[in-house]
Amino acid sequence: MTNDTMTKGMSRIDGRLKVTGAARYSAEFTPAGMVYAVLVGSTITKGTIRSIDTKAAEKAPGVLAVITHINSPKIAGYQVEPGKQEPAKGTYKLFYNNKILFNGQPIAVVIANTFERAQYAASLVKAQYNAETYQTKLADNTAKAFAPEGDGKKTRGIADAWKTAPVKLEQEYIIPSESHSPMELHAIIAKWDAPDKLTVWTKTQGVQDTQDGIANIFKLPKANIQVNSKFVGGAFGSALQVWPHEVAAILAAQVVKRPVKLVLGRADMFTSVGYRPNTWQKIGIGATTDGKLVGITHEAAGQTSTYEDFNEDPVGVSRSTYACPNVNTVYKISPLDIGSPTWMRGPGEATGAFALESALDELAYALNIDPIELRIINNAETDPDSGKPFSSKYLKEAYKLGADSIGWSDRKAKPASLSKNGWLVGYGMGVGMFGAYRDKASAKAIMMANGTLIIQTAVSDIGPGTGTAMVTIASDIMGIPADRIRFDMGDSSLPQAPSQGGSSTTATVGSAVYQACTDLKESFQKLIGNGGTDKPDYVEVLKKNDLPKLEVTAAVSGGPEMEKYAMYSWSVHFIKVLVHPATGVVKVDKAVCVADSGHIVSPKTARSQIVGGAIGGIGMALMEEVIIDHRYGRLVNNSFADYHLPVNADIPQIEALFVNKPDPYLNPMGAKGMGEIALIGMAAAVANAVFNATGKRIRELPITPDKLVGMEDLLES
Amino acid sequence: MKAFQYTRATTQQSAIDAIAKPGTKIIAGGTNLIDLMKRGVIAPDKLVDINQLPLNSISVNKLGHLHIGALALNSAVAEANLVKDLQPLLAMALNAGASPQLRNMATVGGNMMQRTRCAYFYDTTMPCNKREPGSGCGAIGGYSRMHAIFGASDKCIAVHPSDMCVALAALDATVTVSGRKGQRLIPFTEFHRLPGEHPEMDNTLAPGELITGISIPHNNFAKNSYYLKIRDRQSYAFALTSVAAALEISNGTIKQARLAMGGVAHKPWRLFDAEKALVGKPATEESFKQVAEIAMQGAKAYEYNKFKLKLAPATLVEALKHAAGLV
Repeated sequence: MTNDTMTKGMSRIDGRLKVTGAARYSAEFTPAGMVYAVLVGSTITKGTIRSIDTKAAEKAPGVLAVITHINSPKIAGYQVEPGKQEPAKGTYKLFYNNKILFNGQPIAVVIANTFERAQYAASLVKAQYNAETYQTKLADNTAKAFAPEGDGKKTRGIADAWKTAPVKLEQEYIIPSESHSPMELHAIIAKWDAPDKLTVWTKTQGVQDTQDGIANIFKLPKANIQVNSKFVGGAFGSALQVWPHEVAAILAAQVVKRPVKLVLGRADMFTSVGYRPNTWQKIGIGATTDGKLVGITHEAAGQTSTYEDFNEDPVGVSRSTYACPNVNTVYKISPLDIGSPTWMRGPGEATGAFALESALDELAYALNIDPIELRIINNAETDPDSGKPFSSKYLKEAYKLGADSIGWSDRKAKPASLSKNGWLVGYGMGVGMFGAYRDKASAKAIMMANGTLIIQTAVSDIGPGTGTAMVTIASDIMGIPADRIRFDMGDSSLPQAPSQGGSSTTATVGSAVYQACTDLKESFQKLIGNGGTDKPDYVEVLKKNDLPKLEVTAAVSGGPEMEKYAMYSWSVHFIKVLVHPATGVVKVDKAVCVADSGHIVSPKTARSQIVGGAIGGIGMALMEEVIIDHRYGRLVNNSFADYHLPVNADIPQIEALFVNKPDPYLNPMGAKGMGEIALIGMAAAVANAVFNATGKRIRELPITPDKLVGMEDLLES
Repeated sequence: MKAFQYTRATTQQSAIDAIAKPGTKIIAGGTNLIDLMKRGVIAPDKLVDINQLPLNSISVNKLGHLHIGALALNSAVAEANLVKDLQPLLAMALNAGASPQLRNMATVGGNMMQRTRCAYFYDTTMPCNKREPGSGCGAIGGYSRMHAIFGASDKCIAVHPSDMCVALAALDATVTVSGRKGQRLIPFTEFHRLPGEHPEMDNTLAPGELITGISIPHNNFAKNSYYLKIRDRQSYAFALTSVAAALEISNGTIKQARLAMGGVAHKPWRLFDAEKALVGKPATEESFKQVAEIAMQGAKAYEYNKFKLKLAPATLVEALKHAAGLV
């Protein structure tokens, strides 16, 4: 990598397109004859549809069709094979029968020649229901929770050993459901090119996984489905599967024989594309008086739907974050009459780390040991869960970098002992970890006669700057400037790439790009002969050999090193908060996030990714909460006015620091993931800072003023 | 959204004539009206756009009374030097409301006319006496975190969402309205109403009346005014509780006080008794704590808003401390 790229980092290759509006997102295509679809949601939570009156909607101006479970064409992939039983659980099936499984479930789709007409007609569809009693509240239903397949109870050493420790505590921690709430609404345009041939423009984190998903649902050959998703305005895990609204649009396009656009409304985003599940956790933790962990018991119960088992293993963090001889974990899920949860940034770990990192902090106060010191005492030199060595781990370096930057030495060990201008001041920290993965991927590298390098792979970029990172890798290997490189992606016909998720894109797709470029350069060197040169003149070589272009496709996959080493990315979040003692208002005064993400491939976009994740974590800590009125099973804050995400005024200067040491095994770039660890551990860091400021431990998120109000005596004493 | 007609009024009289017909609504900034129409909460047949009427002036007369036209934008009022100099409390309250984008669209009259943000009012599948009289109140026994602690009824516990109106209630403003019978003045504190048996009525505006402006009488509060809003995030969030505090202080003693609370009632909640109790008292935290107790008399909380019984007096004391220059 050139010095210039490394010190400053490349700017986003699609930055100009995005800020000028030239980037076209899934809802922004206009195939000829396109019409508009709007979903109608159920207004009860559980039961059956007795009757559904679509007459008024059908007669409304511009309406082309109204599809319900009564007149829906049969969807091939939903049908049970002859002789087989209907599976007890599975992905939600749109318009499959008259059953209502959750409030807001789509019961009809209205298609009209304008969006406004479709929306108005949708308001005319009236259903009569036979309502049944239902359960939507996790707190009332933890007793019926069961262990999901493959998880459940795990014990290392002696179960509940923490109880024998000289210093111990047991506490419960609760996170509410959280909504991904990306800025871009989920949207799809479906166009049937022939009775068995389909093109879609849809918001997805993986065009080829969407292609697979649609192929399975509609029983079409995969090759007959073209999926496009060039730009994605945030997803955070909400676009990793084919959702009912996508099925509805494809079905609608089939019925009306025209391209159909369906954009979810903001309110629908809260019930249609998953969420982070409301989860109850309990941690028992104990240590010797000098801070050596004796045991951790971590229990969790999260909510899922009645039709799908969603399993995110939030207790896994307690098995791998610290060296602790005795760890037992219990994870259960409780089926409720709500839509299914799904992956959300840092799935499992973000939830688990709130409990574990809060408990560690509580233990540090009980021991009177500095929270960083306690973590260093219990630093795992090898993965305590698998016993394998870490491929790389620079967590101790990260503690040091972050502590210096936040001014940790100003922290007082005794809570509520610092104040400034009438505000209590507190410092907190929390650790995040997430597995580092490398999956299968391919990339094609094409050198054109004019010297333009084209890189192609089917990856999506949901915001981290994947294109920028890939161009950086290609530029570095090929020795040509970034502005001579074109990166094609978000198109299912391009070489294979996995969905963007699990912080694995740079490691996976980056490896494919690295390999394709390395192979391409070698091909040029072979043409040159005599071992070639380190800086081939590509244009000249093509001309000399009378070639219009030279191209190479390379495929990579996870190597044997993944068996030998435990691979993780690590983060440490440091927070300084101000808490107003009388009113309970919390302001984050400074945030420092340190990532051990291996070698940083694209410094500018890496910084953005850490900052974005940190903001997500601050939102989780201080304001995000999906609220259901359990008397109705309906959400009461399904808008951006009422579901609070942080705004600029809530966010201080965030410092993103990188250890920036390569991982020697995961991939040739030495990179590890960072999307998840940017958020994991942040909520606990904020809660721990609030405790340091006030002496009040908030174990149920979000930390809103009502939970802290009335501490004015603290300042006076 | 139901199809509707849209016309522009070019004279005040034509606007007044137009709104005499049922099913007709006035649109100015539209920042709330359009939301309500999109959610199906209201479905007017006709919108009359009054943005072309010359009602956006901000002026002061020789008595020092400030007049603001009904169509003056929230952002323009907040930025006007006349307002910042004479009635800084109003500017502070405006800047605490909504977001910069919304303040650039919203008008003074529209701000007064905005409806509650109660979730049960917005969800047409839920009961709401304000939206559909007789259907019941979803918030009572429901998610009542944002709801009233003063002046509620068993029909409705919604709160008025405005910040601007809290300041105007404190500052003894007067509303000028025009209708077919001519012009009349409504004291600001009597403009919005309590829900009582008729929560569907937010205010005392008669059918067919148009707000043309507001006036704030001269006062000596400019030096010692403060608007404090406590909310879940620092912008674009409605008040959990807010306080408009204005003091006239002479040699450390309070000569006059004006206090109103937001986020606690169906209307901006003027605290007359607390104001009276402040007069003659030293401008100290001790005095403010005493009147906070008076201010909270009669407060009643629901399942999810009990915290307001602590937060409201804390907000009051803090706002007064700021107004008195103690913070």
